[in-house]
Amino acid sequence: MKVTTGAVGLPGTSRQNKTGSWRINQRPHFLHIRCTACDLCALCCPEGCIYGNGRNTYYSDYEYCKGCGNCAAVCPVDDIEMEPEKGGLPEGVFVFYDEEEFRHMSTA
Amino acid sequence: MVRKMLEGSQAVAQAVALCRPAVICAYPITPQTHIVAELADMVASGELKSVYVNADSEHSAASVCLGASATGVRTFTSTSSQGLLLMGEVLFNIAGMRLPVVLSCVNRAVSAPLNIWNDQQDSLSLRDSGTIQLYAENNQEAADLIYLAYRVAEDHRVLLPAMVCLDGYILSHAWEAVEIPTPKEVDAFLPPYSPLYKLDPEEPRTFGMYANPEVYTEARYMLQRAMEEAVTAIQEASHNFELIFSRPMPGILEEYRTEDATTVILGMGSLVSVAKDVADELRGQGEKVGVVKLVSYRPFPKEMVYEALKGASDVLVLEKGISLGSAGPLLLDVRSVLHGPHQPRVRGFVCGLGGRDVTRQTIKAALAEKELVDARFLDLKADLELEGMGQANRDRQPALARGARRKRAPRKEGINSA
Repeated sequence: MKVTTGAVGLPGTSRQNKTGSWRINQRPHFLHIRCTACDLCALCCPEGCIYGNGRNTYYSDYEYCKGCGNCAAVCPVDDIEMEPEKGGLPEGVFVFYDEEEFRHMSTA
Repeated sequence: MVRKMLEGSQAVAQAVALCRPAVICAYPITPQTHIVAELADMVASGELKSVYVNADSEHSAASVCLGASATGVRTFTSTSSQGLLLMGEVLFNIAGMRLPVVLSCVNRAVSAPLNIWNDQQDSLSLRDSGTIQLYAENNQEAADLIYLAYRVAEDHRVLLPAMVCLDGYILSHAWEAVEIPTPKEVDAFLPPYSPLYKLDPEEPRTFGMYANPEVYTEARYMLQRAMEEAVTAIQEASHNFELIFSRPMPGILEEYRTEDATTVILGMGSLVSVAKDVADELRGQGEKVGVVKLVSYRPFPKEMVYEALKGASDVLVLEKGISLGSAGPLLLDVRSVLHGPHQPRVRGFVCGLGGRDVTRQTIKAALAEKELVDARFLDLKADLELEGMGQANRDRQPALARGARRKRAPRKEGINSA
């Protein structure tokens, strides 16, 4: 791996940096029972990794979810619960790539 | 080469114009304003083909230079005092992104109390930012260090921001004869900037990316290595400068009458001129006094400082700033290279704060001091009552090293390891 001068790299490193590795012991569980598709969970997610389209379709991308619990806290119908981590956290990654390594990572 | 009568600020502005930065961005602050006003005039008249950006603060001015520099062009900004402190957050980023932004700091005291006059607390306070700091003794040097700053900053071994420091008013507003080279001469010395990376919409990049604990240390290590390389780059550039411009360029430091000196006065900036006068006067009375002018404060040229001082028995460090609660920051650097046995005792003095003149008497008072002091304030006024303290010099502040010396028996055993 290469550390570049000035920490310069190609764009897209936010995707490479799997912030899901920051979770400690809990993650959101979307119950899909009472969801009204109000979209508050997605709007309040600091990582922008909650997606959904219509009632009872919302989910969090655990590759990036930091487990902060904001979504569960703001859900007006209590349809999101924080549950204990089940293991299998994504691995943290290094983000200083030279171009060759970066392209390799991007296609891996 | 033309010899002109110029104000220090004009000399710096003309030197900057000869380096043809693509982007100049600044926010006015006393006593720096004349530099950017002069540059703005040149841009407005079409004499200088730069983009001149008026920013809404020094933080913004430094940020504009950061962004412009990342596109791969030469940039310039200038500031003083609070303005430099406000730039501080950005300067660390500029250094971390390895962008060769050049700026001038017209040295001024920092608030509070509010004071617009000269000392060097502003730039000294940013010594750890990864910015190269070069201090000018006179207006010729202030101008010449601009060319040197660009050349060293843009050197691929270095790629760091560089700051030329000149004492507010004492240099910035003083008129002196200054040699201004021809554009051809400057071009011979300063090649066009060729960036390692640049922002380009056709090939997007991100600068100064997130670094987790696995790589941050290495990125900082690379900065330290670049600073070490800067010592070599400054030496080489200074040598080349002298060949092209046919005048001296003490890019690292200058030794004045130090050949057989037992006492050496070390300082930075315009106070060195006074120290040289004192050395001349005392040499006339048979005292072996010399002066070392430190030009490159960051990188701190350890070997050269050691070589310049090792023959002396007494070294006086005079500085216009203090690391409150410790000592003069320059004193600490100088002591760090002279800590072994049989090495000169290094004493630290704080003077010339907030525009108080550094006179021959100031320097003679330092020479008369016999204690091993770390931060002895010179020229303190005995007739002022300081609330809660009585008079200023009634309680001579105990030197840190005095306590240490008590534990170590004979002085010549090496007294600076406290």
